[in-house]
Amino acid sequence: MRDFVSRRARVIPPSGIRKFFDLALTMEEVISLGVGEPDFSTPWNLCEASIYSIEQGGTSYTPNRGIQPLREAVSRWLSSHYGTNYHPDTEMIITTGVSEGLDIAIRAVTDPGDELIVAEPSYVSYSPCVTLAGGRPVPVECLEKDHFKLRADHLMEAVSSKTKAVIINFPNNPTGAVMRQDDLKAISDVVIDHDLLLISDEVYSELTYTGTHASAAAVEGLRERTILLNGFSKAYAMTGWRIGYLCAPQEICDAALKIHQYVMLCAPAMGQIAALEGLRRGEDEKNKMVQEYRVRRNLFVEGLNRIGLPCHLPEGAFYAFPSVEKTGLSDLEFAERLLKEEHVAVVPGSVLGQGGKDHLRCAYAVSRAHLTEAVKRMAHFIASNSC
Amino acid sequence: MDEKDLLILRLLEENSRLSPEELAIMAELSGEDVRCRIAALEEAKIIRSYTTIIDWERAANGGVAAIIELKVNPERDYGYDRIADRLAKFREVKSLRLVTGVYDLQLHVTGKTMQDVARFVSEYIAPMDRIRETATHIIMKTYKENGQNFCEKEPGERLPYSP
Repeated sequence: MRDFVSRRARVIPPSGIRKFFDLALTMEEVISLGVGEPDFSTPWNLCEASIYSIEQGGTSYTPNRGIQPLREAVSRWLSSHYGTNYHPDTEMIITTGVSEGLDIAIRAVTDPGDELIVAEPSYVSYSPCVTLAGGRPVPVECLEKDHFKLRADHLMEAVSSKTKAVIINFPNNPTGAVMRQDDLKAISDVVIDHDLLLISDEVYSELTYTGTHASAAAVEGLRERTILLNGFSKAYAMTGWRIGYLCAPQEICDAALKIHQYVMLCAPAMGQIAALEGLRRGEDEKNKMVQEYRVRRNLFVEGLNRIGLPCHLPEGAFYAFPSVEKTGLSDLEFAERLLKEEHVAVVPGSVLGQGGKDHLRCAYAVSRAHLTEAVKRMAHFIASNSC
Repeated sequence: MDEKDLLILRLLEENSRLSPEELAIMAELSGEDVRCRIAALEEAKIIRSYTTIIDWERAANGGVAAIIELKVNPERDYGYDRIADRLAKFREVKSLRLVTGVYDLQLHVTGKTMQDVARFVSEYIAPMDRIRETATHIIMKTYKENGQNFCEKEPGERLPYSP
């Protein structure tokens, strides 16, 4: 029989944490700092709105782009919060999570042989999505000494004649780094000079702890060459609902919409209703959650530094990214043994691309009691291995 | 009162056993600063006491609690304040509020038995001057108290890793 698996599917690597996942499932009382999702349940008024819509028979397809009131609400919200303006009818698609938005964004702009620069360390999907679209991912490293921001000169070095786009994600998973207006301005010069497109995944935008989030699309000269991705999973604790959105100039948006029509048709109807409720009446609940993440961050990062795992203070998202270099263990070893010996699950930085080596991604979206216990177990691990 | 004060209050309301050092880390302040702020909040009687929320039904202590609604004739110059002050002195009265609507004062009263509560209402509260009418509602079950959901189920299993 022929080998039916495509070359593209064969070449993308499986998720680097699969092994850990399987191991963790066999254990009891694991404290997991490995999950990139809020531990809060979706605020109840959002659930109520969705349940009511189901009771009223709202279980059909929606328009491809998503329901009109949600697109209008997103458009207003983006404008009032980040100063970015997108027409709800021509420049926006409600997607099935940011994951789908990312996929259709990349496929809408990638031709075979195109290079897409990926700022790393990063979420695991970017490079595989580029590969699946026939492009070539080119990593550019964000360094710890730069607080894991993307530097313009490093970006410049990665640009070639084949470069089509740059994929960034700030506030960043896994480092918690944020890019301020000035940082983005520096990047924009490179992007504009080399006639590139920017794909900006801003799903953690509302989890910016000091100041307000700077959106790439609000930087002068970038709007016409940016695909903005955002969604409800993180800020509104809505991971399971799968609701995100893609905003882009009309021509690009139309191309992405064609792909969306054929592969997804529309985002889940009931999720769109919950998201709309979130924008209408979810601000207070969201702000409470953000304040709690900030408290947890302070508690956890202080703990990490105290027990000898140096960690810069992340300014956004809900990840701490401590270095394990001093312990003499590799991040993979550290993570595997920490799970086996102390039942604490973290993600080794190596699986998150360049610059992730010797670091751990610890999601602090768990209760304070669990964070305190996790730090205690990590301290015990370090002491008993005298590393 | 600034944002940091509000954060300290929120954290203490949720867990009054947090130490100044722990609060300092969480609120991005120094331990000394937190101690000063708490002292000031106590001084201003914004922090009234440090307490524990107990699910007495679960403790199976056999107590009874009731909500009592009172219709009251207010007093010239004092309104409801003097009568409220008298009511508040009873140990049995756990909380006391002036509310809008069909009645005026709402009391949360506890006792050992139903008879205890009934006797307290009929012997002490109802005969008081200016009280026109009482309505006693025995609490059958408490679902949520002071932000604590007593009947919340354990959250569903989360994946240990994602994606």
